[in-house]
Order: sequence, then structure tokens, then C-alpha cells
Amino acid sequence: MLADADLFTVDYAEIEEVAKELYIRALKILPPQVKRGFDRLSRDEDDATAKTILGTMVENIKVAERTRNLLCQDTGIPIYNVIIGGDLRVDGIALKAAIRRGVERATREHPLRSSVVHPITRINEQSSCGRLIPVINIDFDDSPRQLRIEMIPKGSGSENGSFLKMLIPADGVDGIKAYVIDRVIEVGGRVCPPTIVGVGIGGTSDLCMHLAKVAATRPLGSACEDPEGEKLEKMLSIAVNSLGIGPQGLGGRGTAFAVHVETAATHITMNPVAVNIQCHSARRASAVISEEGVEYGF
Amino acid sequence: MTHHVLEMPIDEAQARALRVGDTVTLERTLFGIRDATQIHMFDRGRRTRFDLKGYAVIHTAPNVRRVERSNEHPAGFAPVCIGTTTSQRMERFTRPLMEREGVRIVIGKGGLGDASRAAFQELGGAYLAIVGGAAALETTWITAIEDVDLEDLDPECLWRFAIQGFGPILVAMDAHGGSLYDKVRETAESRRAAALAAMGVSQ
Repeated sequence: MLADADLFTVDYAEIEEVAKELYIRALKILPPQVKRGFDRLSRDEDDATAKTILGTMVENIKVAERTRNLLCQDTGIPIYNVIIGGDLRVDGIALKAAIRRGVERATREHPLRSSVVHPITRINEQSSCGRLIPVINIDFDDSPRQLRIEMIPKGSGSENGSFLKMLIPADGVDGIKAYVIDRVIEVGGRVCPPTIVGVGIGGTSDLCMHLAKVAATRPLGSACEDPEGEKLEKMLSIAVNSLGIGPQGLGGRGTAFAVHVETAATHITMNPVAVNIQCHSARRASAVISEEGVEYGF
Repeated sequence: MTHHVLEMPIDEAQARALRVGDTVTLERTLFGIRDATQIHMFDRGRRTRFDLKGYAVIHTAPNVRRVERSNEHPAGFAPVCIGTTTSQRMERFTRPLMEREGVRIVIGKGGLGDASRAAFQELGGAYLAIVGGAAALETTWITAIEDVDLEDLDPECLWRFAIQGFGPILVAMDAHGGSLYDKVRETAESRRAAALAAMGVSQ
């Protein structure tokens, strides 16, 4: 253990600034992996309407960059994943407060549409914040003297395509596969395809749903660390794109960029599966904060 | 497949002339409407001072900036980013929008259901599918926010947009019972068994 004086100490004014900047960046600049995903789907597409729709989506990305505008009007529910490295000192309460101030400032100063309301009164505080929102997930890794923040503005069209089913062991993996295919058919064009279909398998009910969200929002092209999960994601990616749902649910091959799977161990009597979907505007932004300053990425 | 340029508002015959697969470009005026707008209009007895007869509504809640009222920004709002939301949640409002307010066209993404299709058929209307998530592009088709009603519901007010070359967008449901979404769903369901078999699922 290092003495306190030798630890990297987090600056909360900087966190606030980064939280604000990440929200705006995420809404405007699509990750390069998603742009390449569009290229791949366009190349493989033979349906004329689907080709036109994919072309419009690609044009929109260019217009957003040229006009420095938001890609999509849905500013989403702001989600921040904070990964705290080693040899640093951080006050968790101050960190969360700084992120919240960053969200409020992005909303007021850009300005952004506040898409967040109280769940019962439906009152919009016009700050993109509310009870327990922004969502802040905190995790740890062993990167020395740095803190990483990922920002995901999660749009509602795709978030409304969320499902959890407590399957039983007798349903097996077949039950999981069928469940995913049936949910993709059920939501059709409502989730703004081409999508990233996030699938959570195992855990408890809440962990299973969280895994589905992690799967849907992790970078496109990344693979599940569990080889069993990775096998399943390859299989499911081919299967969903054989259904003919297509971009915007108007027909074609390109229903999903990919199916991502995340797994967790579960109980002997349980076989939970969850689905959470990310729309084609698969927005995310990240920043690494260290003594050298802030480095932005996706 | 015909391309229609529609100077809004339109009449019933113009709405019935739209066929699934046609494309449309709208001109002049478009109204923005959303969940809360319609919940207040149809469930809570509120009325709008706008005349929607013959017009198109788009399922949206825009990003706007409050500014001084001027010729450019007559309502005191500048457009920032205006896009389209998923329509399905507003399915039950299609009929009252058409019956009570005289709306002819609904623009959205993801499609509407059987009740809307019946309303389009019976009353003469159509659903146009815009590319969801392409809001930066869509914003370039909107020249101004002309007026706003039910402003307390911000951002889910009833917005009146001035538009220029709004399109081309696709007719996805028409007044003749046609729906591209039904066709795609049938295709997907017919391919389900093969998709599962390819993954080794025994049924």
C-alpha cells in the first residue's frame, strides 16, 4: 500500500467537466466500429429499401458531424460506468455528485432535451436527472493511477425492447435461443434496427438484466469473455439476420449489427435469460483520467 | 411506386391516393406530437388551439433552444435537433387524432398496429415511415418552429414546424389496408423455424 501522499487524487471539477463533455460527445460522434458496421451491412444488403435506409443512416452520421449536431433527438437516460484503477484516492460521494452536475450542465448549456421524468408524477426537472438518474455503475480494475469513465445515452425506443424470462433448467440452451429470436421478431422495427441485441444469461434476475445491458452497450466487435457465450453470440448473430426484419423493420438482411452475450453463473434450479437492445445509433463515449490529463475515446 | 409532393394540408382523396411503397415529400407545415401531448388531449380533456384538419403529425419531442422571439423564431424556440420517436406507444391515439382533429397523415418509426390501420382505411389516412435515429438530417428539413401549444408539457408540447422538402419518406401503411410491417412480420415468422433449426434447436 502506498502512503496517501503518493496516491493519484481525483479532481472533482475535472470529473464534472468530463461528465458534461462525454454526454455531448456521445450524442454527436458515433464510434468507428459502428460506422464500419454500417459498411458491412450495406455491402451484404440486397433489398433496395433496406439499402436506401442504411444510406440515409450513413448520411445522417455525416450531417451530424458536419453540422456538429446530435445524431438522434433522443438524449436517452444517461448511464455512466466508472472504472476505478489502483493507487488513487477517490471520494465516491463527491464523484457521483460531480457526474450529476456534469449531466445537468450539459443539458442546460448545450442545450439538450431532458428526457427524464419522475416515474409517477411524470414531472420533467429539465435537467436529465432525477431519483437515481443518471445511472452510475462503479467497478474497479488494476490500471494504476487512472480512472476510466464510459458514458452511454440509452435511447428509449430500444430500451423499451427489454425482456426478462426466468426459464427453467429443462428449457436448456434451446429455450434461450428461441427466446432471443422470438423477442427480436416481437419488437420488429420499434427498436430502430439495425441493432445490437444484448443477451444476459444466468445470474439472478437483476444481474441477468444488467448483463443484457452490458452486452448491448459494449463496443461493437468485442467478444464475450466466456467462450460459451462467444459461441452463442456468433450463432445468434447469423440467426437474427436470417429473419428478414431489416433496417427499421421494413425488410432486408440487416436486422442487427451483432448479438452480444454476457454470462454469469446461476442457481441449479434457474436458467434466466434477458434481452436488452441498442439501436443503430449505438452511442458511447469514454475518457481516461490520469495525471497526464484526460484522453477521450469511445 | 409514385413519388408525391404534398403541400400541407391535404384532403381525403390525396390521402387515399398514397399507396404502400410510394414515397412522399411534405411541404409547408408539420405538427410535432408525442405521448404526453396525446394523453393530455385525449385522456385529460385538454384541447389545442391549432387546427390540425388535413395536416400531418410526426411522433417527436425535439431538442430546442429558448431564444428571443423574432421573424426567424416566431415562437421563441430555435430548433437544435428534431427527430422521430417509436410510434407503437401512441397506437390508441391514431383514431381520435383523425376523427376529432381531422389529421390525415401520421409520420413515425417502427409502425403502428391494427387499430391504426383500420382508422386509416375507414377515415382516409396513411402512415409514413421516416428513418428513425436520422435526426441530424431530419433537422435540416425543418426551417423554423412557428408556434407551440400545450407548452407546459415541454418537450412533449404540440409543435408547429415550418418545413421545406421534408422527405422523401416511405408510405408504410395506407388507406387500403396495406402495411409493410405486417408483410415483414409474416416473413420473419415464416423463417423462425429455419433460424432455430440452423442453431440446432429441436422443436
